[in-house]
Formats: sequence, structure tokens, C-alpha cells
Amino acid sequence: MLGKAIRITGAVQGVGFRPTVWRLAQARQLRGSVWNDSAGVQIQVWGSDENISEFIAELFRQAPPLSRIDRIDVEPIGSSCPCQDFQITASRHDTARRTGIAADAATCPDCRRDFLEPANRRYFYPFTNCTHCGPRFSIIEALPYDRINTSMKHFPLCPSCQAEYDNPADRRFHAQANACPDCGPTLWLENNNAETLPVTDALMAASALLKQGKIVAIKGLGGFHLACAADNENAVAQLRRRKQRYCKPFAVMAKDLAMIRRYADVSPLEQAMLEDKAAPIVLLTARGEKLADSVAPDGQLGFMLPYTPLHHCLLQIFNGPLVLTSGNRSDEPQSIDNDEARSQLHPVADYFLLHDRDIIRRLDDSVIRIIDAEPRVLRRARGFAPEPFKLPPGFERARPVLAMGGELKNSFCLLHEGQAVLSQYMGDLENPHAQAQYRQQIQHYQQLFNVVPEIIAVDLHPDYVSTQLGLQLARCGNLQIAEAQHHHAHIAACMAEHGLPLGTAVLGVAFDGLGMGLNRQLWGGEFLCADYRHFTRLAHFPDVPLPGGAQAIREPWRNAYAQFNHYFDWKALQQSFADVEILRFLAVKPQQILETMIARQLNSPRSSSCGRFLDACAAAVGLCTEQINYEGQAAIQLENLATPVFAEQQEQAYPADLRQCDGSIIIEWHRFWIALLTDLQHPTNAAVIAARIHHGLARITANLAVQLCEQHGLDTVVLNGGVFQNRLLLEEISRLIRQAGKTVLSPSKVPTNDGGLALGQAIIAAAQEL
Amino acid sequence: MSPFTSPLDLQQGTVDMSHGSGGRAMAQLIEELFVRHLDNDLLRQANDQALFEPPAGRLAISTDSYVISPLFFPGGDIGSLAVHGTINDVAMAGAKPLYLSASFILEEGFLLADLEKIVISMAAAAKQAGTPIVTGDTKVVERGKGDGIFITTTGIGVVPANVNISGNRAKAGDRILISGSIGDHGVAILSSRENLQFSTTLSSDSAALADLVACMVQAVPDIHCLRDPTRGGLATTLNELARQSAVGMRIMENDIPVKSSVKAACELLGLDPLYIANEGKLVCICPPEPAEALLALMRNHPLGREAAIIGEVIAEPEGLVQMVTSFGGHRVVDWLAGEQLPRIC
Repeated sequence: MLGKAIRITGAVQGVGFRPTVWRLAQARQLRGSVWNDSAGVQIQVWGSDENISEFIAELFRQAPPLSRIDRIDVEPIGSSCPCQDFQITASRHDTARRTGIAADAATCPDCRRDFLEPANRRYFYPFTNCTHCGPRFSIIEALPYDRINTSMKHFPLCPSCQAEYDNPADRRFHAQANACPDCGPTLWLENNNAETLPVTDALMAASALLKQGKIVAIKGLGGFHLACAADNENAVAQLRRRKQRYCKPFAVMAKDLAMIRRYADVSPLEQAMLEDKAAPIVLLTARGEKLADSVAPDGQLGFMLPYTPLHHCLLQIFNGPLVLTSGNRSDEPQSIDNDEARSQLHPVADYFLLHDRDIIRRLDDSVIRIIDAEPRVLRRARGFAPEPFKLPPGFERARPVLAMGGELKNSFCLLHEGQAVLSQYMGDLENPHAQAQYRQQIQHYQQLFNVVPEIIAVDLHPDYVSTQLGLQLARCGNLQIAEAQHHHAHIAACMAEHGLPLGTAVLGVAFDGLGMGLNRQLWGGEFLCADYRHFTRLAHFPDVPLPGGAQAIREPWRNAYAQFNHYFDWKALQQSFADVEILRFLAVKPQQILETMIARQLNSPRSSSCGRFLDACAAAVGLCTEQINYEGQAAIQLENLATPVFAEQQEQAYPADLRQCDGSIIIEWHRFWIALLTDLQHPTNAAVIAARIHHGLARITANLAVQLCEQHGLDTVVLNGGVFQNRLLLEEISRLIRQAGKTVLSPSKVPTNDGGLALGQAIIAAAQEL
Repeated sequence: MSPFTSPLDLQQGTVDMSHGSGGRAMAQLIEELFVRHLDNDLLRQANDQALFEPPAGRLAISTDSYVISPLFFPGGDIGSLAVHGTINDVAMAGAKPLYLSASFILEEGFLLADLEKIVISMAAAAKQAGTPIVTGDTKVVERGKGDGIFITTTGIGVVPANVNISGNRAKAGDRILISGSIGDHGVAILSSRENLQFSTTLSSDSAALADLVACMVQAVPDIHCLRDPTRGGLATTLNELARQSAVGMRIMENDIPVKSSVKAACELLGLDPLYIANEGKLVCICPPEPAEALLALMRNHPLGREAAIIGEVIAEPEGLVQMVTSFGGHRVVDWLAGEQLPRIC
């Protein structure tokens, strides 16, 4: 008989791994034992060589759905077996903590059967789960992942649940969040005076209220939602008014795929993402029946499927599409605590559907959009965090790093022991609640993942909250500071996701709104020759003033004015295109003041931003000319307008030129604007103009990228930055560059916007020390 | 009989190097321009120092230099500003300002007519505030080595016995008051300097706050903090106080008075009034009980008509100033590293 010690690391605890090991060992008459320890799962087996090899192979093949095996190490041990059979033994916690933490997972098919089956003891029980599904990261307070370290500690198991918990053959064996109506959390319904309604079935009552057009705050998995009937315009419009969120799309939950298909196109890949265990919001193209107009005034619909038994049961009863938007007012982080929700949401919600399982950390719904046949995580939180990214070759000996991330859409990142843990979406750090959670989660992550950072990585922007806190942490802990340039970090994040080895150089195209460049210039349309350590700025968009600074981000017309002012003599332009709407719009603005602001650089910093260029284009076409209501709105509308005619305008791209200046290349938009204004004058259909704008931008970008690759001996182009959330641009630029024989990489699992910045900062900081 | 051969040419004349030489020309400048307008008993003693009996109580002293472009602006000039600013710095201890000193650095070629206008303005400001300028100094620098005129003033005052005002005394529960609309001075200076033509003329709020402070400390001796939100504006002042007192603060955007003309100018320029300089406003932090009465009293004073309670001191998070926005959201009102730079990505 042979003996082997098998060490498994990865996300292998709390996911039903040991019962699987037990079952596979039993089936092959192996003897020995399996237990959890701080490093993962440890197995000792004795049996024939053939059976043990087969056993190991099956471990990979039959690993439970929520598990993730990072590695398996096998070592021989003595051939004398101390055991008569195979057993699961008590957890031991004596070694370095390296076990992964599973993300929250959507209800599995077995649990769904359980709570939909009238005879089952969990019939319509909204907290049903097992080792294959249910809450994880959202309820974990500490490691190891045992019930006592989760918010389920307040619910002692009843005998029936305990029996399941103790039985290795049961899929609820050691299911830490196991619960049933007898012992688990309960659900109740309140009015907005915190009075519990005397109803026998809170779900039925909530559904009835939603049918009446009421707004119900629902405590979910990672936070509160505000819900209302998505086909009731009065209800949705009222929700918008009360929430003071006027334009940004609302997410919708539908009972099942068939219901989603009534309102939107669903491709096979989109279906796969909707049904993924992460159950994200997937952005879909509306088609078929209409939802209420106010659900998504700007275009695409964000749909998700029920991902907890609570949502399943509610949707079964409600049997219609439900707006399920984050439970907050305006742009606050969503509430996670009952009392907090009562006080924050009482002006918004008519009723509250509450439960008593505490949410330990806020995990917003993740958002995905399929672009260029790849799912793109635009907001990475519930279901994805804290899944780690394996570091590329060359980073094995990297020193531990804490990267602080950006300012908006913030996430932070811990890099150590060959992997990078990117936090969930924390949100806008200018909000004090988000900022408090950010500080708290940074501490919490360091404890959970047992990381003691030696380097703190920050952005170059001195006024980012993240930069300031990073500098503070470094000073207090006497740690090294590494500054990572914003767009370099975007490129590095994408390189890391794709596992490019240390030392690889790429042509990085980073397009976004704004990021701090070198010498305190604002960048945002950048072509960089980059590796993980260094970058050189090879080419960029022209530096055009932002008249009014941050106000130019809110008011697209300022960018149109700045572009015109940059390229043309204002009076001559007025004469040539007198009847063009955008020029008439600008003519009534206070010219003298704007001109002075630009000439004297009064709060009018120059920026090479691609996002602001798109804003200028949108304003010229008449989209959001006066102001935007949420970040990126003008560009989103421009894309939606262009989409239906995009293909047919392929050959009508607006022209642009390249100019050498001080060793770098600058894209010049002079001819582009002439062509656009001429089209406006004719007049041309706005959709056609929008399509030509996209083609013009895509064409010059791809040409320049390929040209720079040739000049610098590069064969890979990395595309990243918030602008690449635009499907037309990412797909067309990728296509054109591939056509020229170059490899194109863009992020899929890491957000292309600033939500992925921290990963790039972390890897740059690590690389600079290797 | 004047010892000077010819009078100063206050129409066409300019400052020349001899005005700082210590000789006859300098003496003439001092006598015919400075002493003539600033006239008071102590100054007339013509000593290198002013002598006076110290009053009972703790003394407060403060000094400040004034450099500003343009020198003359709607609502004031560098002269009145140099008087008001230093009086206010002394008054923010709750003190009654007694005397000022003034030191001038003049650039060769500076118009004597402008200098006289400035000195007349200083004299008027000092007189109105009841705080005479009792000693001074003049230096002249070569052409190109100054910006026309720089003025440094120092003020000394006395603090009433039961008053103990300091930036480290804000406590959770305290109310935060502002004496009037914010942003007036900074926006007026900017638009005047850059010749920005807004539909309404924006005027600096430059004023001496000593009398307002005297009324306030008399009614509520237990005021915890007073500060004038000058450079860096209200936002920076509140951050300083929050840090010094190790407390948090929550202010309400809707309660902060901003003139509609200032608001409109700020919107166009993309500036946040919270960060814009004021020269005639004060921030007061006081216990909650007397806050309403104090507010009423301030509103009865000509310099406090638009006073408002704009928020409260909270225990945590320490050092953090947050604002409830007009949309009901919250945002952090942070210090800035330097100029306002867009942060959105």
C-alpha cells in the first residue's frame, strides 16, 4: 500500500470540498483522512498507486462548483496506514493562512428545487442554501470560515439542520450558512414607520404592494435594494423622484430567462453570464415589449436573474419584471444595516422587506457587458470579489503591496504570495460613508488575507482621497510609497489579467476621462510604450483646455467650445457655420469670460482627455449639450445613437491627422471638426454623424497604434480605460488592429474603468522592486 | 514752515529711490502723505516706536502681509484690506484690537497718487474700526523688484477676561455659524483682475469684524472657536478647525449663504465657493444652547445680516468635514493640495 499527503490550496473551504474528497476516496476504497487547515485542505490517503492517481485526477474533475483549486502538492508518506476507513477530521489551524475565500453564489438548482417543492421543509424559505451556493463573502467576519465567524452565529442549528451539517453524504455537510424555517433567519415586512405589518406571509404581502405600485426596500445579499414594478411608469418615475436619480439606468430582475427575452435580446454568451453563479447585471439591447420609459431612458437594459431564494420566491409570486436598484438616496452607498436603511430610505420606500441575517460587508450587484465576444466586468463586486488574480510569471518573489486605487469607482488591491486580491467596488470616495467603508475594508482585507504590506501604491493625483490615505498609512507604518501613473496603471492591470510575463513590453492605448499625468498635466488619450516597470508617452490627444475645470466634466458644451476655440478662429467659424445648432447654442454663452478663462488659464487646465473629446462630439450633435446627469452619459448616448447605423458608415470615418511635437505624436482633429460641422450644416442624420465620429476615432487610433508598434518593435496592443466601455470603439479598434496583424488585449475580469486601477498600481509597485 | 523745497507732486509724481533713502525726500513722504492722513496722537510723537500703557488682560498680536492684484477692486483696495485683515486676525481671539502698525514696500515708479489713495483708504478703515495706525516704516525697491506696493500690518489687542477662544476647542454637538455669504471677495478680485464682465458687479466683502466680535463675545463669552475664512475659504478653515480640535464636522449645503451673483460666477468659472477667500466673514463655533440667540444677535449687526447656522460638530470621523448636499447626498469637503484640479475620471 502507498501513502500520499495531498495539499490543496485555493478556494476550497466552505464549498463542500471535503465531502467530495470523502466520496471520491470511498469510491476507490482509499483509507485515510481529510481536514481543513489554515492553508486549505489537507488529505492523507493510503491505497494502490492506480487508485490514488485516479483519485487525484477526479479531484480536479469533480471539484464542487464554488471551489477553485490553485494547486495540488503531493508528497509520499509512510506506507503503514493508521486508519481503517476514510474520515473527515476536525479542522486544524496551525499553519500560515493561505486559504481563499469564496465569493457569494447564486442559488443552485438543488436548493431551488428544495424551496419550490411544497412537501419540502424549506418550501418558500428565503434563506435556503448549501455548500454549492448562498452567502459567503458578504457574511464573513473572520477566518476560518466557520459559522461562528459569520453572521449566522446568531442562529444555532436545529436537530434536522445539524444532522445535514454532520452528514458527509449531504450537500449541506458543513454548510456554514445552513438554515431552515425552524432555526434560521426570518423575514418580515414593515411600513416606513418601522412598524411590522401583521401579515402571515411577508413575501406575498410585499408582492401585492409592488403590484399596487408601491416602492419596497428589500434587504438582499450584499445590501439593500429599492424595488418597484418595472412595467409601471408611475411607480418607476416616483422612485426616480424620491431617490433623486433622474437618468442613470435602473437594473431589472426578471423571474427567468424567458421573461427577460420578452424585453431584450439575449445572446448565448449573455445567457451564460445571466446564469453564471455570480448572477451579475448584464447589459442587454432592448427589443420586444417595453418596460416603463423611466427604467433606462438612455438605452441598454440591465437585467439580472434572481440569485437568492428570497428573490426567487418574490419573483415567483410577483411574476413580472422588478426594478431592483441600489438602496440609497442619490449617489450614496447602498445601506446594509436595518436601522441605517430605515433612516436613510424612509423618504424613498413605502415598505421595508427585512430580515435578521446581518450583512457584514456591502457587495453591490456586479455589472457585465458583452463586448467583442467577451464578458466585460464593468462593476466588480458581488459574486466576483474577492476572487484573486494569479500573478504573471516573474512575480513569484514580489513583495506584498497594498494599492489604494482611484477616486471614483474605487477598489483597492492586496498583492502577495503570487496573487492579487482586488477588492469589491467601493464607490466614490468623495462620499464620507464610502470613504469610511473603504478604510474599514482595507483593514479587514489585510486581516482576512493575512497580508502585511511593505509597499503602498498610490495614484499621482495629490487630491485623491485614496492617495492621501495611502501616504498616511505609509507614514504611520513606515512603509515604502510607490506612485503609479494613472494610465500606466490601466495598461498594467490589463497585462496582469492576461498573464503577460514580467519584462514584456506592449503598446498601451489608455483612453479615459482624466487621470494625472507627469508634471501635473491631466491626461486621458494616451499611447504608451509600457512594461510593468516603466512607460514612455509616445503619442496622445491634443492638450485642450477644460474651461471651468471639473465643471467641464459636467457640462459637455464647454468641451465643444474649447475644441472649436483650439482649432478655429471663433468669428470665422461663426460665419461659416452660422446656422449650425451647436454654434448658435455657444453664441449665447458669455464669450468674453470663456475666452479670458482659456487665454489666462483661469481654472482651465489643459487635458489630453479622450472622454472630454467624446463629450465635445456629443454636445456638437446635441446630446447632453447643457449638462450630464451621470458620469459618461453623453458618450453613452452618442454610442447608442450610432449603433444602428454603425456598420453602414464604415467608409465614412471623419478624417484626422498626426503631428510630431517635441518627440511625441499628437492627433489633430482639425479636419475631423470641419467634416462634422459640414455634416451638421447639410444637415445629416444625427445617427449617421455619431457613427462617423466613432469610425473616425477608431480609425486614427488603430492606425496610430499599428504605426507605433512598427516603429518600436511591439506586437501587442493593450486597450484599457473607461472609454473602452464603449462597445463600438472597443470592437472596431480591436478589429482594425488585428487586421494589421497585431495582437489586441483588453480586460475582461478586471474593470476597464477606474475599478481596475488598483490592480495595475499593485503590479507596477511590485515590478519596480523586482 | 515746511523744510521741504517743493511739495510732493501727488498728481503726476512717482516713488523714486530717494523716498527710501532715509533723507529729506523720505521725511517729506512720511510727513506729507502718511502722517497727514493717518494722523493720531501716537503717530504724531514721531518716534521710532509708539508708546502706550498696556491694558489689563491678555494681549493678542497678529501680523500679516498684503500682496494683491489688482490694488483697487470693487469693495476696497490693498489699504483697507491691510487694515481689515489684521484687525480680523486679532479679533478672532475674541480680542478688542487697540493699535496697528504698517510697513510699506514701494516699487520705484509707483504713482504717488495711487499711494495716497491707498493711505487715505487705510486711514478711513482704521478710523471706522477705532484702531489707529500708530507706527510704521517705508522702504523702496528698484523698478521690477516689487509689484507696486506691498503692505505689512501688525495689530495688537486685548482679550476680555472670561473669553477663551481657540481653534482646538470645538466639541461634538457644537453649532457652526457663518456671519454671511461666502466667496464674495475671491470672486470679486478674480473678475476685477481678469476683467471678467459678469452681469452684476461683484464686490469684495472686506470689512473689520472687531465690533461684531465684541458684541458676540459679550453675549456669549463661551464661544469656542472663531476664525475668518480667508485664503482657502470656508472649506479650508473648517478642515483646520476639525483637525486642531480632533473632531468631525457636518455642514448643510442648503444652509450656507452664497449670493446668487457669486453662485452664478462660480458656476461659470467652475469654482467651488467653499474654497474661495472671504475678507469680511467669520466662522463661529459655539455650544448648542446659545446658538440661536447668538445667531439672532449676529443678524442684528450690519456685518452679520445674512448669518446662518450651517452645521454642527460631530465626534467622528475625526478631522473629516462632510457636507449634506442639496440632493441629500453626502460628500467629503477635503483640503486641497493646491489649486482646484478636477478629480473625476
